[in-house]
Parts: sequence; structure tokens; C-alpha cells
Amino acid sequence: MLRTTPFHSRTAPLCQAQNWRRWAGFVVASSYELTHDREYWAIRSAAALLDVSPLYKYSVRGRDAARLLDRVVTRDIGRCAVGQVVYTPWCDEAGKVLDDGTVTRLEDGVFRLTAAEPNLRWLHDNNVGLEAEIEDVSDATAALAVQGPAAREILRHALDDDLDGLRFFRAMAGRVGDMPLTITRTGYTGDLGYELWFDARYAERMWDHVMKVGVSYGLTPAGMLALDMARIEAGLILLDVDYVPARKALIEARTSSPFELGLGWTVGLDKGFFVGQRALREERVRPSAWQLRGLEMDWDGLERLYAEVGLPVELPATAWRTSVPVYAGGDQVGYATSGCWSPLLKRYIALAHLRAPHTAPGTGLEMEVTVEHRRRRAPARVRELPFFHPERKRA
Amino acid sequence: MSRNGFDAIVIGGGHNGLVNAAYLARAGLRVLVLERRHLVGGAAVTEEVFPGFKYSVCSYVVSLLRPEIIRDLDLPTCGLEILPLESTLTPLPNGDHLVRWADHDLTRRELYRHSPRDADAYDDFGRLMHRLAFAVKPMLGMMPPDVTSLAPGDLAGLLRLGRYIRDLGSDRFHALVKLMTMSAADYLEEWFETEALKATMSASGIIGTFLGPRSPGTAYVLLHHYMGEIDGVFRAWGFARGGTGAVSEAIATAARRQGVTIRTGAGVARVVARGGRARGVVLESGEEIGARVVVSALDPKRTFLELVDPADLPGDLVHDIRRFRIRGSSGKVNLALGELPDFRCLPGFGPHLRGAVSISPSVEYLERAYDDAKYGAFSRHPYMDIVIPSMIDPGMAPPGRHVMSIFVQYAPYRLTGGWTDAQREAFGDTVIDTLAQYAPNLKSAILHRQVLTPADMERDMGLTEGNIFHGELSLHQLFALRPAAPWAQYRTPIAGYYQCGSGTHPGGGISGAPGRLGALRILKDLRV
Repeated sequence: MLRTTPFHSRTAPLCQAQNWRRWAGFVVASSYELTHDREYWAIRSAAALLDVSPLYKYSVRGRDAARLLDRVVTRDIGRCAVGQVVYTPWCDEAGKVLDDGTVTRLEDGVFRLTAAEPNLRWLHDNNVGLEAEIEDVSDATAALAVQGPAAREILRHALDDDLDGLRFFRAMAGRVGDMPLTITRTGYTGDLGYELWFDARYAERMWDHVMKVGVSYGLTPAGMLALDMARIEAGLILLDVDYVPARKALIEARTSSPFELGLGWTVGLDKGFFVGQRALREERVRPSAWQLRGLEMDWDGLERLYAEVGLPVELPATAWRTSVPVYAGGDQVGYATSGCWSPLLKRYIALAHLRAPHTAPGTGLEMEVTVEHRRRRAPARVRELPFFHPERKRA
Repeated sequence: MSRNGFDAIVIGGGHNGLVNAAYLARAGLRVLVLERRHLVGGAAVTEEVFPGFKYSVCSYVVSLLRPEIIRDLDLPTCGLEILPLESTLTPLPNGDHLVRWADHDLTRRELYRHSPRDADAYDDFGRLMHRLAFAVKPMLGMMPPDVTSLAPGDLAGLLRLGRYIRDLGSDRFHALVKLMTMSAADYLEEWFETEALKATMSASGIIGTFLGPRSPGTAYVLLHHYMGEIDGVFRAWGFARGGTGAVSEAIATAARRQGVTIRTGAGVARVVARGGRARGVVLESGEEIGARVVVSALDPKRTFLELVDPADLPGDLVHDIRRFRIRGSSGKVNLALGELPDFRCLPGFGPHLRGAVSISPSVEYLERAYDDAKYGAFSRHPYMDIVIPSMIDPGMAPPGRHVMSIFVQYAPYRLTGGWTDAQREAFGDTVIDTLAQYAPNLKSAILHRQVLTPADMERDMGLTEGNIFHGELSLHQLFALRPAAPWAQYRTPIAGYYQCGSGTHPGGGISGAPGRLGALRILKDLRV
């Protein structure tokens, strides 16, 4: 039996579709309703409530907590102020990405690290000669994401605290009645949004409270199918889908450096020592062989392929997560790892790993599509990520 | 380019006028849009008539907006968001109901409850209409060929048309002929036995026409409504976030990005024509603005009989336009609600409140509603198509409050005694009384109501006789006959004067197609 999250008593009765997905050993709803459309639109036009408890969460505290994290992740944690959150990958000695997540500086010597994979051993292995305590708080901490344009308005009414001053990628302590919590202005949708972190004992009461306040603003529980589309629009990568963590890569070709994943901006090459630093310095002086880019299918080209067999264009209803070849001329120059039709942008978009020199935005390429059982190549164009970046995200 | 700097002037800032302007500007023309009202959108506007509550005043749902226009003008980046509208509920006087949900299995189970036979027939019917819509859809995006002309363009168009019809195959061809000739009620009678299903489906055949469900020709409009598509899904209806005005705003934003100048509060008095050529326009203020191209997005009556001197036009065209049927038949009631309606048939909160509610219990109910209108009265028991936009986009009303949009038919333009304020309120009362029979808490929930009669729509939106489609979608007014042969290709007898409103092919609804096709015609004539 897989584990259920602390919100299961609330999510299970709502899950009309009986459609569940595995996430880090837990079951979470893929969609609550029979189709995920409304949950997707809630993220973009009102607000969605997402159970993100299966994330791995580590508390790192002590005199050398910052030094430990700085050793592990690529971002410069010295520049992460109290009340700030940073997104960061972390690498092995070869500079290949092991995982990615966020670091929140809750107090001067108190951090929370989130991760997609277990990292306890890795943190311990790096905690040599340092005074830092590492605790796995994954089970003890419940997490809810409130994402969408109405998120601020909902939380303004749901929380006892004023969060108007809470800027993008900042954190604050808050309270709902007798329940303390941490609020971060973060999320996996690329929209205005917040994540709430609190003791798992409060999970049900917190869900009920936020839903009660949110319902008149259109707050809608949303599952992973909706989230997957939103994160592709936002150009946010997913471990095991868009990249293989170096620990799991059977061959070196499957590993990726932060530069290859479009995460060069997170690499503090000039900060103190961190795992993978030397390799990444070397990589920096020569251009990376691969780049993660957006790819947008050309509608007319797609329509032509379908018209040849007498069909209207058939669009994927959900995001796909398979490796799909990308071509330039006759040669394969890359592969897309996830994609979807964006109902918001009215574009068919994908995240793709492309080999130099085919990475410049605007470059015309071709992506494989299966039209009526036949593999065809449809014209597509390289796009800068993210596809969707509304002003409200940071405003 | 003329001295003051505009190549083209578009009269009317409704969605078609804006689409037209955007396409012209995209091809490099300098374009000016002149809108009489203080805001763009025409009949596709959102207005905060009562503080905190946003009404989609006239037009209220979106389906026909052409995907190529969304792409060409990049409307999603201009703010267009179309949210799905999921279900149609028909409450019945006996306390039962019929719902068609977005989910196929749920709908099937519900139809099965009423008639196992209809549950099967519904799937077959849907497949046939879908295949027909796919086959006929290209006609929506093509310039109607002049069937009597031997010009290469027209012949090519006729060939394409012939090919579409040949490719239909016999079963679809026969269905098409039936749809073109039968009444909606008769056609549906061949398929279904559940009264509420036939009535609710036939209702889409009468919207915007002064005909009843038993009037021949109404079956075609059923098909017209199957051609709406969202993301490649036919017959998908949606609701624009921010109301229908957000569609117009998005197109206006796209037009401005292309360099279009939009002037509101600038009503056009007449088109200046000299020597058989359009030279510009004169505003109601007396200001004169010159341009070598003038496009009217207004309805055919205004385009041919008011903006220009009919004496400058061929007599038979003037007669055709005078006879062009534009009888307004519908009204609109917008409500601000303190709480949601509680339907007797499905009490409490539920997903049915996120879809349409259709007051159409039987074909006879609809036909009787028409009977009243035939003799100059509004329907005592009207057909209504209702949505609660705030359930789909909570931003339409303050938190916990709601807006309701009620499309009402029939409300004849030529009401016996005329549309007075008292008649308008009596009409509003009839609508509320009828709906309150199904949702008893409605009356106490109303915080504000706006009632629009055809006369109001004529005065406020510039829709002649209050016809929402700029002329009925009846067969003799479609394709190469819209608005009149041989002037169905967006030109007029006055050189440089064009038309691009819903009174041209392919007709009404927020498709934008007349605006686009009109622009393509102009650009071709200018060899741009």
C-alpha cells in the first residue's frame, strides 16, 4: 500500500475521478474532476489548491548551516537573507545535477531545503567538520500550494497576517488561529502563488480553513495533470522527466549540468567551494553541448499533416512525458521531454534538449508527431523559456 | 496615403471592425477605427452597470471565434482567456431535469434515464453533426463565390465548394439537404423522443431569428452552432475571462500593437463618396477625415441605407437591402445576485451552476413562445438561455456574490404599442417570474437588474431592429446571398467602400470571420 498525505481525508472524497498518481511513495490526485480542464483554468484565472506534501523537506540548522548548504548547492547561500527563498540545483563532483529544490532561510541559522528525491545521506556526507544539524522533516511538515491570480486575495483573508509586503521568493512566519505556519511566495506554476508549510497535525484544519475562505474567490483543488501543464508553460523542469538525476544515470550521456538545463544563472562559480565547482568552471569556458529550450509547434504545418489523412488536428488533452526526437534537416539534433497543448496560450509547446548550434530562439526545427499511426515530422520553432510569464507573478 | 495619414477608416469598433482593422494594419496600412460609444466592443462588451458586478451586457458566450484569428493576432498575449462552459441543464416544470454534461458517460447515463433509445441516438447524432461540421467548416473561412460569375476566383471557389460536397458522401449529403430545408423540430424528431432534449437542441436553431422551432430552415442553424470549436474540439462553448468585452479588448490590444488608431466617442454621420469612390467619412461632430478605403462594420441596413446615399447605389441592391430580414427577436436580462439560484430540480450548490441553464421544457413551449411574438407580444413564457458568469470567472462579481446573464426569446422589435419603459419592466418581470418557478429563491436574491429590449439594443449598440446577428441566419440570407447577391464579397458598388460586419458571410456570433475575410478582400484589391 502506498502512503497517503496528511490531507488524504480531504482529498479522497473530492476525487471524483478516482485518478491518483504516485509521487515519492505517496498517492496524490491526478485530477479531482473527471477531466482536469477546470483545475488547469483555476491556476490561470482564479486560484488552485495543491497538496505538495510529498516533497522531501530537510531542516538544516546550527552555526554552520549556511556553510553546509553552500557546500552542497550551486547558489550562493551567503547571499540568501533571512526571509528569503532561493531556487537551486545541486551537483555531484562531475558537475552533473543530482536534484533541484528550494532553500528557505527561516532564521539566521535555520534553513529548510526541499527536494524531489531523498537527500539525507548526501547532506550527512557533506557535513564533515561542520556544526550543522540535519533533520528529515518530510513527514512532520505538510505543504499546500495556493496558486493563481486570486491567491493573494484569498490568503489575505485566510491568514491572520499581512502578506502584502511578501515579495517573490520571500518567506514569512504567519499564523491561523493557534496554527503557526511559514508562507513562501513560491510555486511550480509560474503564476502568482504561495506555498504554506506547517505541522502535519494541522493539515486537515488548515485545508478546511483555506477552502472555506477561498471558495468564493474560485479556489479549486487541483491535481497533478493540471499542474503538469502549468509548469510546462512556466518552463519549469521536472526531475526524472526532463532530466535524469546523476545518481540514477546508467550512462554518462544521461547526465546534465546546470548549464545544459538552462540553470546557469543558479551557479555561483565564484563563491566558496561547492561540490562540482571545478567541473562547472571548466564547462563554463567552453560552450555546453546541450541547451534546454522551449519548442513551439507550427500550427499550419501540423494542420497540413492531419489534413493529408482527412482529419482535423488532434491535440493532446494532457501533458505528455516521453522522449520525442527533434530534427534539423534530416538529422536528429535533440529531443523533447515534455509537452502539451496550452489552452491559455493556444500553442502546442514542449521542453526540449537541443544540441548546439540549433539552440537560438527562432531557429526552425522539426519535431516528431504521430499522425494516424504514422511518424511524421512537424515544423517547430525554438523559443525562449518560459512560455508564460505574467507580470502578476512578481508584482 | 491621404494627407491626414490614414489609408483606411473602419466604421464601428465591434469585434469584426477591430479584427478587420488589425488585419489591414498587419499588412502595413495605416488604419483608424471610429467607435460611436465610449468603449469598443459593440455588442461584445463588459460593463460594470451596478458597482462591483460586471455584466456581459449583450453577447455572453464564445465558441465561433476563428482559431486562425486567435493565432494571427496573437490574442492570448493580448489578454484573451476562454474558460470552458461545461454543461446544459434543462429544468422541467414537473421538478425533473435533463442535463448534458461535458463528460460523455455522465451525459449518456442522464439521457438513458429519460430514454435508452435517445442515449444511443445522441451519440450517432453527435458523430454525424461533427463530421458534417468538419466538412462544411472550410466554407466559414472562404470568400463566398459568385455562383453566376465566370471569373477565375469565383470558379476556383465553386470548384472547392463542389469538392467539399462531393467528399461528404451520400449519408452526410442527405443530412445536409435535410438540414438546409427542414425545421429544427422536425429534423430532431427524426432522431429523438425525449421532449426536453428535442426542445433544448432545437433552441439553438432559433436563436437570433424571428422563427419558431417548427419553421423550415431552422435546422441549418443547429449545424452552424456545431461549427464552434475550442482547441480543436467542435461544439465547445466558452466564456471569456472578464466577460465578453474582454474578447473585444484583446482584439483592440492586438490592433493597437499593429499600429491601429482607435477613437471612441466618434460616431460617423456619413461616408463621403465622390465620382463613385469613397473618399472618407464625416463624423457626427462635423469633422471630416479622408482615406482611400472606408469599411463599414455596421449592419447592412446602416451600411447601404444610412451611411451612404441610396441614390448612389443600384436600385435592385437598395430593394434587396430594404427586404433583408433583420427582425430583432430577443432581449437580455442581466442580474446582480446576493446568492446563487437554488433550482428545485437540483437543489443547492453543484457543477450544474457552472454551465448553461435552458428554459426549454418542450418544443411546444418554444413554439407557443413564438406564437406570442408573431402577433406583436413578448412571450408570456419565454425561452431563456442562462449562464452565471461569476461561477466560471469569480472576478465578475464581489466574493460570494454573482451575476446572471439571461438571453430571452421572444421579444419582438415591433411590439404592439412600442417598447415603453413600462413594457420593458413588464418584460423583465415576466422573465423573472418564469425563472422563479424553477428557482424560487431568485427574486429575493436580486440586487440589481438590467433589462434590454430590441429597442434598447438598437439605440445603445447600433443593432438595427435589435437583431443580434446583423440579419437572420436564414438560408436565403447566407453565403453568396449575405447580405445580397452579388455583393457578398465584402465590396459595395462604391469603389473603396467595403463591408465587414456580421451581415456579411459567414454571419453573426463572435467569429471575427467577416472582419478577417473583409480585410483579405481589401488587401487583394489594393494588391498589398
